[in-house]
Amino acid sequence: MTTTFAVLGEFGDAIDFIFNSRESRLGGAQVGGLGQIWDLMWPHLKLSGAAMGIACLISIPIGLWLGHIGKGGFLAINVSNVGRAVPSLALIAFFVAYLGVGFLNLMLALVLLAIPPIITNTYTGTRQVDRETVDAARGMGMTGAQIVRRVELPLALPLIFGGIRISAVNVIATATIAPLAGVTTLGDPIINVNTYGDEGRLAAALIVALLAVATELALGAVQRAVTPRGLKLTPAGRRRHRFPITRREAIP
Amino acid sequence: MNSSEPAQHSGPSSRPAAATLEFRRATKLYPGQTEPAVDALSLEVPAGEICVLVGPSGCGKTTAMRMVNRMIDITDGDILLDGQSVKDRRPAELRRDIGYAIQQIGLFPHLSVADNVATVPRLLGWSKDRIRARVDELLELVSLDPHETRDRFPGQLSGGQRQRVGVARALAVDPPLMLMDEPFGAIDPINRERLQNEFLRLQREIRKTIVFVTHDIDEAIKMGDRIAIMQRGGKLEQYSPPAELLMYPANPFVEDFVGADRALKRLALQRVRDVDLWKAPLVRVGEHTTAARAKARDSEVPYPLLIDESGRPLGWLSDRGLAGERVTEELRSRPDPVLELDDVLRDALSDLLAEEAQYGPVVNERGEVVGVLSIEILAHALRSEVPV
Amino acid sequence: MILELAQVQIHNRTDTCESNNGFCPDWIADHFGDYVHPFFQHLILVGLTVAIGFAISFTLALIAYRRRWLINPVTQVTGILYTIPSVAAFFLLLPITGRGTDTALVALVSYVLLIIFRNVLTGLDNVPAETKDAGRGMGLTANQLLWRVEVPLALPEIMAGLRIATTTTVGLATLAFFAGAGGLGEKIFSDITYKSNVVVAGGLAVLMAAALDGLILLAQKAITPWTRAVAQP
Repeated sequence: MTTTFAVLGEFGDAIDFIFNSRESRLGGAQVGGLGQIWDLMWPHLKLSGAAMGIACLISIPIGLWLGHIGKGGFLAINVSNVGRAVPSLALIAFFVAYLGVGFLNLMLALVLLAIPPIITNTYTGTRQVDRETVDAARGMGMTGAQIVRRVELPLALPLIFGGIRISAVNVIATATIAPLAGVTTLGDPIINVNTYGDEGRLAAALIVALLAVATELALGAVQRAVTPRGLKLTPAGRRRHRFPITRREAIP
Repeated sequence: MNSSEPAQHSGPSSRPAAATLEFRRATKLYPGQTEPAVDALSLEVPAGEICVLVGPSGCGKTTAMRMVNRMIDITDGDILLDGQSVKDRRPAELRRDIGYAIQQIGLFPHLSVADNVATVPRLLGWSKDRIRARVDELLELVSLDPHETRDRFPGQLSGGQRQRVGVARALAVDPPLMLMDEPFGAIDPINRERLQNEFLRLQREIRKTIVFVTHDIDEAIKMGDRIAIMQRGGKLEQYSPPAELLMYPANPFVEDFVGADRALKRLALQRVRDVDLWKAPLVRVGEHTTAARAKARDSEVPYPLLIDESGRPLGWLSDRGLAGERVTEELRSRPDPVLELDDVLRDALSDLLAEEAQYGPVVNERGEVVGVLSIEILAHALRSEVPV
Repeated sequence: MILELAQVQIHNRTDTCESNNGFCPDWIADHFGDYVHPFFQHLILVGLTVAIGFAISFTLALIAYRRRWLINPVTQVTGILYTIPSVAAFFLLLPITGRGTDTALVALVSYVLLIIFRNVLTGLDNVPAETKDAGRGMGLTANQLLWRVEVPLALPEIMAGLRIATTTTVGLATLAFFAGAGGLGEKIFSDITYKSNVVVAGGLAVLMAAALDGLILLAQKAITPWTRAVAQP
C-alpha cells in the first residue's frame, strides 16, 4: 500500500514539475514550469520535423521510382533490415565521434535513421499497386512520370504513411538522447538529471511518451484519411489497416 | 451394370469395406433463412455404389454431402451410416471413418506425401510399420511410384499428382464411405478425363460406397451408379441410374438439366471395351510385305497399322512402306487419336472428330493395340438399344 | 552511475592516436577484453527479452485467434507500448521497478509484444481455408488441427517476426544502460567521443544483430523444409 502511494507520489511530483518552476538542485538556475518545458520541446520538435522532412524528400522519390521500374527491390527492402540492426545510440555516437557535436550533425544522423522505413514502405507500396491498373494507365497514354504521380502515388499513400509513422516515432524517440550530441531537447532532464532532479526526469519521460503516442495517433489518422475508400472496404485492406506491416513489407 | 454386394478387401483393416448410407428426410435450414438449403432429402445408397449428387449451384448438393460427416449440422431428419445415425457419434471420431476429398484437395503443404496420407492412421495410433506399408500400398493404388513420391512435398507435385495423393489420403484407413466434392474440378479437362477413368478402374477394385458431388451432368453420367438431381432449395428431383435418367427424365427441369442431346449422352454410358472393335491389321518393321498386304485385305481397316516391339502403335502405314520385300517405316499418318478401352464412347467420338479421323487404334492398359474403333461402329452404337 | 555530458571521461592515454580520439587498432587490440562482459550482458538481455516477449505474445495470439474480439484491444495496448520510446519507458518504470535489469526487461519486452503478436496472428490467418477444411473433415479435433497444421504453417511468418523483434531489441538494448542494465550501450556512453570505442562497441552490436538474425533464419530454414522444396515439372 505504501509503495503504491510512493509511486503515485513520484508521479505527482513529476506533474508538478511540468507546471511549476522551482530552483535547481545544483543551485542557480530555475527549472521546471511550462515555459521551460516548451523551451525543451521546441528544439525536439524542430529537430524531428526537419529530419523527417529531409528524409521524406530523399526517400519518397527514390522509393517511388524504384517501385515504378521494379528494380532495386533487394536493396530497398534490405536497407531496413540493416538499418534495424544499427542501434540509434551507436549511430549518434558515431556521428559525434567523427563529425563532432551540433544541430546539423545530429540532424544528419536522424535523417539516416529515418530513411530506411520510408524508402522500404514507399517501394513496397508502389510495387503492390495492381499491375493491371498501371497497364491500363499506360494504355491510355500516360507517361511514366504521370503514372507515378496519378496512379501509383495515390494508391501507395497508405503504406507510405505507414513508413512515415514508423520513422517519426523512431526519430522522436532518438531525439531524446540528442543532448549527448550537444542539442538540448526533452531528453536533457533525463540525461542531466542532477540539474532537473528526479521529478524532472520523470516529467520529461512522461512528455516524451505522450509526444510519441500523440504523433503515432495523429499520423495514423492521416494514414486512414489518405486510404482510398475502396481499399478500406476489402478484407485485405481491412487487414492491412489493422496490421500495417507484414513480413514482405517494411518494418517497425 | 455393377453388382451391389460389398467388396472384399484384403487390406490391413478388417472392417467391412463398404457401408450403406441413408438420407432420411435430412433437412438443413440456416438461421434467418426462410428456404432450407436441403429440403427433406431422402435417398438410399447401397453399399459399394457411387451416388452422384448433381445440380445447379445453390441446389444444396455440397451441403447435403457435408451433412453426412457433420461438417454441417443437420437441422431436421437424419442420416444413417450402416443403420446408425451420424448424430450419435462424436464428429471427430465419425470423420475418421469417412474418406473426405474436396475440390481444392487441401493437402498439408508442410508434410510430405507420405505424412499426408498417414494423417488419419496416425490419429488412430497405427504402428509405424503398418503405416509405412499402407502408404506404399495406397500410392501404388493411385498409380504413383511410392519411392519417388513419398518424400516429396505437395508444392513439388503437379495438379494431377496432388489429386491422386488426396484420394490416397482419403482411402488411408479403408473407410466404409467416401465423400468427394468435385474432386476433379481443379484439374484441366484433358487430365480430368484420365483421372476419371483411373478412378473408375480403382473403384472396380475397391468397391467403396461413395457420395460424389459435381455440377457437371456429363461427369455424373460417367461416374455414377445412381444419380440424384437436385434443384435450388435443396429439393430432390430424381434419383435413378443414369440410363433411366436419360431415357425417362422425371420432369421438365430434369430434362432441361440433362440437356437436349440425351441421345448423344447415351454414348457416355458405354465404353470402348463394350463394343465390338474392328480387327487391326498389325505389322512390324521387317515383316514380309506379302503377309502384311494380306492382313490389310482381310480387315475392314484399309491400311495396316505399324506397331513397335511392345505392340504400341507407331502409325498408319503408307504404300511406300509396303513397296519392297520387307516392311519399312514409311508412315502415311500418325496413329492419333489413340483410344483406351476405358474411354466412354462419347469421348472417343469427340477425339475422332477432333483429329478428323475415320478410325483410331484402341490400346489396353499396357499400351498394346487390341483393335480399331471407327465412326461406323459408333454410329451403329447410337442407333441400337442401350443396354441397362 | 549516470554520467553528465559535462564530464567527459579523460582516460590516461599517452599515444598520439589515442589522445586525438582517433581510430587506433593497437588500442583496440589491447583493450578488446573490456568489451567481452558488456557484450554478454547485452546478449543475455536480448535473449531474455525475446524469450519472455515471445512466450507472452504467442499465448495472447493463440487466445485471440479463437476469440477474435480480443484482437483489437490487444493490438491497441501493445501498440501503445510499442510506440513509447524505450528511454522514456525506462524512466517511467523507474519508480515502480527500480534501477536494474528488471526495468530494462519490462520496457524491452513491452516493445516486442506487438511485433510478435501481429506476426503470429497473420501467420495463422494465412493458412489456406481448404487445408483447414480438409483437416477437420479428416477427423482432426480443433486442438490437433491447431498444433499439427495451423501453427506449423504459420511458422515462416512467426520466425520473420522473431527476426524483426530480435534485431530491434539488440538496437534498443544499447539504451538499456539508462536503466542500469549495462550492456554495449554503457561502453559507448562511457567514452562517446573516442572513435575507437564507438566503432568497436557499436560494431559489436551490429554484429550481434546480424548473427542473431542469421541464426534465426537458419533455424527457420531447418524447421520449414517444405518452403525450400522447389516445384519440379
